Amino acid sequence: MTGNVMGSDVPSEPHGFEEHSYDVVVIGAGGAGLRAAIAAQDAGAKTAIVCKSLLGKAHTVMAEGGIAAAMGNVYPDDNWQVHFRDTMRGGKMLNNWRMAQLHAQEAPERVLELEEWGALFDRTDDGLISQRDFGGHRFARLAHVGDRTGLEMIRTLQQRAVAQGIDVFMECTITELFKTAPGDGNRISGAFGYWRESGRFIVFHAPCMVLATGGIGKSYQVTSNSWEYTGDGHALAMRTGASLINMEFVQFHPTGMVWPPSVKGILVTESVRGDGGVLRNSDGKRFMFDYIPEFFKSETADNEAEADRWYDDKSNNRRPPELLPRDEVARAINSEIKAGRGSPHGGVFLDIASRRTPEFIMRRLPSMYHQFKELADVDITAEPMEIGPTCHYVMGGVEVDPDTGASKITGLYAAGEVAGGMHGSNRLGGNSLSDLLVFGCRAGLNAAYLAHQSRGGQRPRVDGAEVRAAAKRALAPFERAGGENPYTIQHDLQDVMQRLVGIIRNADELAASLKEIDALKERAKNLTVEGHRQYNPGWHLALDIVNMLTVSECIATAALERQESRGGHTRDDFPATDDSWGTRNLVLTLPDGSDGKVHLEHQPLPAMPDDLKKLFETLT
Amino acid sequence: MSYELRMRLWRGDASGGALGDFTVVVEEGEVVLDAIHRIQATQAGDLAVRWNCKAGKCGSCSAEINGRPRLMCMTRLADFEESETITVTPMRAFPVIRDLVTDVSFNYEKAKQVPAFAPTPRDADGKRRMQQVDVERGQEFRKCIECFLCQNTCHVVRDHEDNKAAFAGPRFFLRYAELDMHPLDTNDRRKLSQDAAGLGMCNITKCCTEVCPENIKITDNAIIPMKERVADRKFDPVTWLGSKIMRRSDTAQREEV
Repeated sequence: MTGNVMGSDVPSEPHGFEEHSYDVVVIGAGGAGLRAAIAAQDAGAKTAIVCKSLLGKAHTVMAEGGIAAAMGNVYPDDNWQVHFRDTMRGGKMLNNWRMAQLHAQEAPERVLELEEWGALFDRTDDGLISQRDFGGHRFARLAHVGDRTGLEMIRTLQQRAVAQGIDVFMECTITELFKTAPGDGNRISGAFGYWRESGRFIVFHAPCMVLATGGIGKSYQVTSNSWEYTGDGHALAMRTGASLINMEFVQFHPTGMVWPPSVKGILVTESVRGDGGVLRNSDGKRFMFDYIPEFFKSETADNEAEADRWYDDKSNNRRPPELLPRDEVARAINSEIKAGRGSPHGGVFLDIASRRTPEFIMRRLPSMYHQFKELADVDITAEPMEIGPTCHYVMGGVEVDPDTGASKITGLYAAGEVAGGMHGSNRLGGNSLSDLLVFGCRAGLNAAYLAHQSRGGQRPRVDGAEVRAAAKRALAPFERAGGENPYTIQHDLQDVMQRLVGIIRNADELAASLKEIDALKERAKNLTVEGHRQYNPGWHLALDIVNMLTVSECIATAALERQESRGGHTRDDFPATDDSWGTRNLVLTLPDGSDGKVHLEHQPLPAMPDDLKKLFETLT
Repeated sequence: MSYELRMRLWRGDASGGALGDFTVVVEEGEVVLDAIHRIQATQAGDLAVRWNCKAGKCGSCSAEINGRPRLMCMTRLADFEESETITVTPMRAFPVIRDLVTDVSFNYEKAKQVPAFAPTPRDADGKRRMQQVDVERGQEFRKCIECFLCQNTCHVVRDHEDNKAAFAGPRFFLRYAELDMHPLDTNDRRKLSQDAAGLGMCNITKCCTEVCPENIKITDNAIIPMKERVADRKFDPVTWLGSKIMRRSDTAQREEV
């Protein structure tokens, strides 16, 4: 349903607002949100999906390469243990081991389920789901559909959710979560939001909420993320009393477009390298051989001949360095550009034209061909692409129980990019789509279970005074005149994050960024929007900016605290990876009475059991 | 190489509106959506426009640019003369909500009416087998990004609002075709696509194919084959008799829905 089509179905409005009651409300309709809603509805819970955009437009649609799952269709030697090991090593061992284990074990069945619901994956010669190579994965493991896997996944889940009859509230933004008083369980009771189309308010009563709001990329200038990724779930969780972990780890995807300016940051899939593409500098050199870290030496080819043989013979050759984890490749590209060996528009060259036939490229990478042809006038079957790092993904997110996706607040769950722990300090390509499916499903099921348990008894109720206060806060930008333009503040925040909290960081710059973020927080108290409430992007941005500022402060605070380099966090004043930091998570909260100031604590990482530890000794 | 671009943008709501004139500085390599975003950030903060990926993959920013249905993010300014005024109006076949944003809920309602995929059981090892050549037809249709430009362009509904109830439109003919050509589906949707979805109302003018940003051959590869399959079922006496005596031969165990 959408805001303008409410007809006779408008429920009673005791608070003066449209109200709805559900067992489970899922916030976000990307892969994790849809999978959570499907699981909750299947488990018998009355379920709603609330999403900021139209159904089927979430960022999952942009995922290109594939879904990592050790199905063993191409390499029978592949299994969950190898996938688990690759994931942990890719995250520099900072992952929550239990999440990495569940993820590796359950991903294959989640993929087969998509096929059950109508997904048409590319096939092997035997008719099984084909699997492709990707960075950091020992075996060809990514189930894919050309280079538009995310579209296939979101459409499949969307069609399943529609077939199940799940209620969808499209173009509807949640601005606040409600919970019961501390003496009355301190648990989730509902949510407040507005229809983007009409500007009218809406209240949800529900004992369980699943956050599936995705990432934070819009806080950076050069990003692959769309307008939606303003850290809403991260900030809602914190304001409700839940905690975030790993926020210092932000993934810069090595290959974003750099030219023309209007497409700067748009993703170029890792499949280009998985399918044989290589990186070259302005001297034409395959520079990745100069950047193989000690940690990955034993499994990475040190010469071009071996690297090229690997595509056909993985048993006797090591992986090309272009397929190191993303953090390593992004840093290497950054160094080449800084050393003056970049391409004309400030990137480096990604070349598949000289290495594969046009037919192969067109079949395996059709949307990359399309994207470069239409937006940059570049024919990737004939000439190299110019690419550079782009803010892509946040490893950090809501601290959750690994088995259930439950946050510290009863009734509040998180899954997908908004949840933390699974990917440690760096995510492997392909592990995101599988993460969405595995933990979306688990969060949805567990939310339904808790909602079922709370049936019969007294349901938590939303307090009317809190609803009216939420409405007042949402309307504040209309009440002021002559204040700040939200677009200007967003622009200034993106500038701060890009300049001072980017790929390479140091103490001085991070401290400076926190001062600048504080100043922006002050300015954001005085936002003004023009026009009225109906489909007003300026107003929407004014409400989103509060969340962007909170997550930006989290990233900078944790980045300043962690005095080492690991995964998606590189400090040039602490360039080494330090074992004493390898057993610690940084936990961020917004305690009551902190006046919006983020609080940080150290917390030991959960210890891996011995039988899993052994995998790192025995597997080669 | 920046220059001043003149634009005319439709502004208004369900009660009416008009084209507004804007002048905005644009840069080399930009697309129509960039120009609109700059107007939004500097001149008209409340200008309503729908967008997400800005890379032609999500299908949110559909509009009519100089009268032609297109994605704003994939329409390069370099395709126009610098002196040319670019006019952007909302999709015409759907009700306006505000400015360039239309109410596309028609499409989501039609989506609810398509009976779901219903596969055969898995093989003994828990997996399913299909050949690449057999999935490729469906894969072409599943490239659809649901921009709804084909729905907007199709003359069956563009100028005939009253046809909407009985006509699902090209986007959903793709969906019916995809399922009908799926190697493992067990439903027979031919009667439904003809009767309830209004496949018969399409007279193959190919307008939908022309505006498809994914270059899906909607008419040639989906609609015409579906019409043939329907006709095959309807008019071929042998098939008719066969369907009474035995199951369809091309795919085992299809149930009419």
